[in-house]
Amino acid sequence: MAVTSHVSNDGNKLTIAIKGRFDFSKHQEFREAYEKCSLKSPQVVVDLKEATYLDSSALGMLLLLRDHAGGDESDVRVVNSNSDVRKVLAISNFDKLFDIN
Amino acid sequence: MNSPLPQAHGLTVLIAEDGAADRLLLSSIVQRQGHKVLLACNGAEAVELFRQQRPQLVLMDGLMPVMDGFEATRQIKALAGEVLVPVIFLTSLNHADALTRTLEAGGDDVLIKPYNPLLLAAKITVMDRLRRLQETVLQQRDLIARHNEYLLNEQRVAKAVFDRVAHSGCLSAPNIRYRQSPYALFNGDLLLAAYTPSGDTHVLLADFTGHGLPAAIGAMPLSEVFYSMTTKGYGLGEMLREMNAKLKRILPVDMFCCATLVCVSAQRRSVEVWSGGMPDGYLQARAAGQRTPLISQHVPLGVLKAKAFDHSTQVLPMHPGDQLFLLTDGVTETIGPDDQLFGVERLQRVLDSNREPQQLIDEVEQALRDFQGRTRDDVSMVLITSQLPEHPGMPVMLYTDSGQCSPLDWSASFEFRASTLQQFNPLPYLLHLLMEVHGLRAQGAVIHSVLSELYSNALEHGVLGLDSRLKRDAEGFTRYYRLRNQRLAELQRGFVRVSMQVMPCPRGGRLTLDVEDSGQGFDVAKMMARPLELDRFSGRGLNLVRQLCPAARWSEEGRKSTVEFSWEALA
Repeated sequence: MAVTSHVSNDGNKLTIAIKGRFDFSKHQEFREAYEKCSLKSPQVVVDLKEATYLDSSALGMLLLLRDHAGGDESDVRVVNSNSDVRKVLAISNFDKLFDIN
Repeated sequence: MNSPLPQAHGLTVLIAEDGAADRLLLSSIVQRQGHKVLLACNGAEAVELFRQQRPQLVLMDGLMPVMDGFEATRQIKALAGEVLVPVIFLTSLNHADALTRTLEAGGDDVLIKPYNPLLLAAKITVMDRLRRLQETVLQQRDLIARHNEYLLNEQRVAKAVFDRVAHSGCLSAPNIRYRQSPYALFNGDLLLAAYTPSGDTHVLLADFTGHGLPAAIGAMPLSEVFYSMTTKGYGLGEMLREMNAKLKRILPVDMFCCATLVCVSAQRRSVEVWSGGMPDGYLQARAAGQRTPLISQHVPLGVLKAKAFDHSTQVLPMHPGDQLFLLTDGVTETIGPDDQLFGVERLQRVLDSNREPQQLIDEVEQALRDFQGRTRDDVSMVLITSQLPEHPGMPVMLYTDSGQCSPLDWSASFEFRASTLQQFNPLPYLLHLLMEVHGLRAQGAVIHSVLSELYSNALEHGVLGLDSRLKRDAEGFTRYYRLRNQRLAELQRGFVRVSMQVMPCPRGGRLTLDVEDSGQGFDVAKMMARPLELDRFSGRGLNLVRQLCPAARWSEEGRKSTVEFSWEALA
């Protein structure tokens, strides 16, 4: 599976991991990953360790996730991105919207 | 196969067979299976029957008088065209060469005597399935072709409408060169340019996420805001807030708009830049041979709510002759063989080797062609050269009303205090008010330039106490604007007063403009004694005012400036 997700034991943290190219082809899977679980205090971690590439539609998908997780009140972290992916996130200054490390 | 095929029935089957007994036998088998039968005794009759009645399937004997089955099959297949009319050859021979001949003539299958009704039924069913498959493929092909034609036509119309809107600005000005792939708009790329009332150039290069019509849709409202606000004299900050708010309201959450918006002012030797989500642009100082990257500092338009949106801009020195090169990510993300990206380094090598600035765009295009395997349809580039207008203050505003209700005898005075100065630009409103006086319209551009300069002098040097000598070099320039933003943010007291007085004269009228501030003033005599110099950073504003209004005067120790504009009665 190119998009996998799991919820922590206490039910407070959803982790979504992307493998390969993060682009429009993952749209459906990515949305299902966060829509299927309803969290009480939704901390969401997007793990991009195995993501090789990220395009502007992926940025749009991250915005949808952020909106779903509460918009300005959301706690969405984007972790383990490689340098190419980080560059794309940096150009759009997404560090102002997401916790990126 | 797990389940037997549902048997085909209800077809019209042509049987061409010269033997009367075989013909009768086949005819009764096929009819019993629920099909309608047409009978021919030779190839010529078969072709004629096919022409008249278009049966869906043919059982064809090979050897017949008049015309044999092979020739008849060729003719029937030719008549059928793209439609699949399966031909099953009837033969008593089981020889390989006979089978080959039937296939060469266009036969689809062979039935060997003696005829087995079950086998025949199965063959008819299979052939019918093939026939239907072909029919479906053709229908779908035609449907796709129709849709595609429809789509292309819609795009042509939309592009024509849009080009008229997009090109209503000054993209064709001699100091702007640009290149866009023909349907870049439908990949979300948008390029707009327009003059401000005082002759500066606003350029917007934007890139909506997504492809096709959804990506092009945001272009209309964005260009409307761009043109109307630029023409009315709004600054970048106000335009950006409006654009962001509008796009935030109309775009779905996952769509946004990367954009670079610039104001190139040759008169003020500067360029103001805001960039969100776009690849680096470049400011090239010709004299110094320096290249400064313009790095995206903001979240793209249409993402943040109004209160979180940051419209702060960068101001950089830009002399006449200096150039600004902007591009969309279609350039750097062009993919070559081995899935490699063209990338920033290759682009910079092209910029390094460029000798003739006017050739730059061609050189980048050539490099893309040399590099790539695939062409992209979302490549946009623009090169803007800072150029002093031939006549400072060209009239650029157009008015459609020619009514006679022009206010000719009035005065008004405004005082803008600290918290207003921090976040409000009154110039578009003041200008709008003045342009209600028809006699002043011809001078609208000059009035706007002068009023802008007097206002920003009053604010920056007067109220904020900034020393214009800071702007002597590029570094100081940056410091100046940082200090300006800082002091403005901390501003507690102070004011700028603008008074306007319009009076009729026997033949025409006169406008008197006073701009006064709460600052320290300056040594008027010393300033007036200085010669008018154009190529200095510092004191640009006053130079410009003195050039445009030779009768400009300063009083109250430099805290108040007064200019006048008169006009002759309109014919």
